[in-house]
Amino acid sequence: MAWVEVCEAGEVEVEDVIRFDQEDRTFAVYRSDKGDYYATDGFCTHGRFHLSEGLVMGKLIECPKHNGRFDITNGAAVRVPACKDLQTYSVKVEAGKVFIDIE
Amino acid sequence: MAIVVQRRDYSLKGPESKRADEKGLASAQWHATPIPRAKMKELMKRKDGPAIRDTLIWFIGLIVLGYLAYLSWGTWWAVPAFFLYGTLYASPGDSRWHECGHGTAFKTPWMNDVVYHIASFCVLRSATPWRWSHARHHTDTIIVGRDPEIITARPPIWKILYMQIFHLYGGPIEIKRFILHTFGKLEEQEKEYIPASEYSKVFREARIYMLIFLAVIAACIFTGSILPAMFTILPTFYGFLLVLTFGVTQHLGLYEDVLDHRLNTRTIYMNRVFRFLYWNMNYHTEHHMFPMVPFHALPKLHEEMKHDCPEARPSLWAALREVIGALRKQKHDPAYVVVKPLPSTALPYRYGPDEDELELTRSEA
Repeated sequence: MAWVEVCEAGEVEVEDVIRFDQEDRTFAVYRSDKGDYYATDGFCTHGRFHLSEGLVMGKLIECPKHNGRFDITNGAAVRVPACKDLQTYSVKVEAGKVFIDIE
Repeated sequence: MAIVVQRRDYSLKGPESKRADEKGLASAQWHATPIPRAKMKELMKRKDGPAIRDTLIWFIGLIVLGYLAYLSWGTWWAVPAFFLYGTLYASPGDSRWHECGHGTAFKTPWMNDVVYHIASFCVLRSATPWRWSHARHHTDTIIVGRDPEIITARPPIWKILYMQIFHLYGGPIEIKRFILHTFGKLEEQEKEYIPASEYSKVFREARIYMLIFLAVIAACIFTGSILPAMFTILPTFYGFLLVLTFGVTQHLGLYEDVLDHRLNTRTIYMNRVFRFLYWNMNYHTEHHMFPMVPFHALPKLHEEMKHDCPEARPSLWAALREVIGALRKQKHDPAYVVVKPLPSTALPYRYGPDEDELELTRSEA
């Protein structure tokens, strides 16, 4: 386990995504329409574009470049041209802060 | 003295593909106008209402014009009646194929898929191959050797443009591909951008298209008339004029091999009828820079980013004159391109992947 603090819980709005850089790695941290937090790798597996510039719709994230979609709860690619799943990471909220397990 | 023009290789398997890769033009970072995240979220928001309304208008229009065309069959009135029917069949077919292919037209995914497949058939585009071809077009817009959707080379091949007035260049190519796909094969070029995991879908769709083709041919033989084909397959040929007209204004006459949609994509102001038929794709620079923004929000996106873009062309006619003039000049000077000045509020043009090139344009500006 390697929990890393990302931000204040309120910084991620409902149905939105933020980018989180940790050394040379980039993550995307989401809040679904239900208000739950999720985290995945920060780049689309199809074209390496920042998912943090995309659109969260319910529990889906749409890539800003080619409209490929992933399920943020499990990283599954659900719409082409995204075909390869995203790596997901555990998220917890403690004392009003968001943490992700980057291992 | 005669001028010899060496034509570049626009195929995806030729030396230009390797060259684009080496120059850092493939899958590169493109210029994007800075827009606040909250505004972008608002612009990207999906809706079903506008697309349902426009789809109903499209289908009802086809039924009404189709009925009038049917009544006129056998008279000279059939010429304008079928021209209008064919235009309403092919032109929205092209733009609905495009927008539903991006998955942004409707909020509800299955609605996008249903209209995407209907519209793909209307313009004789294999649904899955063209979805992938268009993804590549967005990754590498007008990068020679990478973009499979460049309408014509520089210098222009006029024969292709003339043939496309009746879809006689692209149409037969697509029919040849359907046949190939029906037998479980793909063109070598298609393998460049369609992943192997999608092949079975390609073949299944081609076989469905073939069954429809055979059913229409059988209906023509049974009725002893080409009337059934006049309503289903032939409109993509006799109704293609507006598809070509809109299509040539998107990128022709502008830069190749740059990483800035302001340099290789044209935005045009159009009247409401054209914007309905084209589904606001006249805001083409905006669409390429932010493909997440649905068609109904493109006018608002235009307002948000026009301070960073060259002035929009004032009309379709003005854009066509610009395109044709540029193509005529490119016949003798393939390097000729139209570049519109940026407003003083704009960031400089981005010509290539190097920051040095960006700085050069900044000092020129």
